[in-house]
Amino acid sequence: MTTETAPKPTRSALRPTDATVLVTGAGAGIGAATALALAQDGWNVAVGYAQNDAGAAEVVAEIEDGGRRALAVGGDIGAPGAAEELVAQAAELGPLLGLVNNAGVRHDGLALQLTDEEWDAVIATNLSAAFRLTRAVLKRAVRARYGRIVNVASVVGPRANGGQANYAAAKAGLIGMTKTVAVEVARRGITVNAVAPGFIDTAMTADLPRELVENVPARRPGRPEEVADAICFLASDRASYVTGSTLFVDGGMAA
Amino acid sequence: MSTITASDVETTVSEALESFGAEAADINREATLESLDIDSLDLAELSQIAEEKYGVALKSTDAERLKTVGDCVELIVERAG
Repeated sequence: MTTETAPKPTRSALRPTDATVLVTGAGAGIGAATALALAQDGWNVAVGYAQNDAGAAEVVAEIEDGGRRALAVGGDIGAPGAAEELVAQAAELGPLLGLVNNAGVRHDGLALQLTDEEWDAVIATNLSAAFRLTRAVLKRAVRARYGRIVNVASVVGPRANGGQANYAAAKAGLIGMTKTVAVEVARRGITVNAVAPGFIDTAMTADLPRELVENVPARRPGRPEEVADAICFLASDRASYVTGSTLFVDGGMAA
Repeated sequence: MSTITASDVETTVSEALESFGAEAADINREATLESLDIDSLDLAELSQIAEEKYGVALKSTDAERLKTVGDCVELIVERAG
């Protein structure tokens, strides 16, 4: 599509040198795989963690062994004021222009039995913290005319999953937030996308019955690296015109 | 901190609006934000710039009263004072 009038200057096409990405929940699983993959793609990586400081340290060491810069940044992202603090720590590595909102918790139970605390804890970490981190990173990205935000949603949310009303609400909210923030900042060269993993082989799904694989058309669980690849694409300059989208990485579950 | 002058704020605002894509020749105190194609995202970024430089913020609720470049300058000067 072409336009008659010259568009406003909107974006720098290429990621600035020394750009840093913050990956939350990066001590293990999808977050760790994503941190490693983004480092290979040339990002400095702030490795966010809540309790898994040993895992985060391993990820940082592996990134540094590969010749890239990394820093472990710890904290409970659900706590008040934590987002700004974490973003400030991450920015010590270089201009913080990327964010992967990956940290998530589960407190499952039928809606009839979910407590207020179980509801609030999941919304606080999986949705509210993601918003606050997004807002904090946007302040930097808007001025830089460049940014990449990827939210790790889930097939749960777009689809029902009994026992996870809180998780589904948070993940569906994350997708809604992704779309709206994407349109707000698109003309500043900032893309905001989501990935929606299905059944991925991580510690978070270790307690789930393996029979669930029968519901996956690919007939196997996904690997964290397969989700990381999708995130890396959305965070790359190859995806500069992709924004507001949700990429399902689910072996066909949601198809 | 040195005294904030309207002239200094006007320069800051003008430079910001130009960076948002407004034509430098069209920017003056009487020019409307609409005529310069300045939108809510631009105002949010202008607020960030004002906060960094003068320690004052423009809120989303201010948008109603900000019709011209002069309105932006005056509000920043008023809050900074």
